[in-house]
Amino acid sequence: MSEFLNFHFEVDGDNFVSAGQASVQMKKNMRQLGLAPEIIRQVSIAMYEGEINMVIHAHGGVADVNVYEDRIEMILADKGPGIKDIDLAMQEGYSTANEQVRALGFGAGMGLPNMKRYTDEMKIETVVGEGTTITMYVNLK
Amino acid sequence: MTALQLTEKFGFEPLAMPAPDHPVNGCYIGDLLSWVMGRAQADNAWITIMSNINIAAVAALADTGIVILAENVTPDASVIQTAQAKGINLVRTPLTAYETAVKISQDI
Repeated sequence: MSEFLNFHFEVDGDNFVSAGQASVQMKKNMRQLGLAPEIIRQVSIAMYEGEINMVIHAHGGVADVNVYEDRIEMILADKGPGIKDIDLAMQEGYSTANEQVRALGFGAGMGLPNMKRYTDEMKIETVVGEGTTITMYVNLK
Repeated sequence: MTALQLTEKFGFEPLAMPAPDHPVNGCYIGDLLSWVMGRAQADNAWITIMSNINIAAVAALADTGIVILAENVTPDASVIQTAQAKGINLVRTPLTAYETAVKISQDI
């Protein structure tokens, strides 16, 4: 495997005030690396959605972003409740978020669809009651 | 048109203007953050009545040019501070989202 840069973030659960901090920091890192604006936007959106999902559903988790020569890999892992029905969760507009979360503007049911739309590849590994790991790739070439 | 020019021309109340020269092109209206995140284009004016802290992160990540709070909604002080720190232009108007969009449509 070619050399890569790793950025590691702890995502604080249930803290909506700081939600998105890892994504905002990663965006700064990508700007410093001189990545193309469209790539930065894709990664930022996908990562933010993943980060918000971890806060809303899983009491936080960890995010690792690996920058390779030819692609960016995002791995978001949590020990939350898992996803019962992935096909349903992938549907735009479907959400299990509660009212409090919706009042803050989240829970539109666009998280996973946005993650898929803005990445070149997405894998979901989930076990109900144990947690979810989502791996996403954005190609640089 | 820049964020500052737009603000001055239409008399929006500036709450934070850390990036006055940020270009503003096009407009997106929405309050659901994921929707805005996925659909707003870079440099858009984002008109919303959502005023909690999370609008700053979404605006930063989506690269919007200016956030216009419609109907005079009042953000928490922490929103203004965060907008300032993250380089987000944040203004307010008593107009509705529709009225705001109609008004600025010729200039963006």
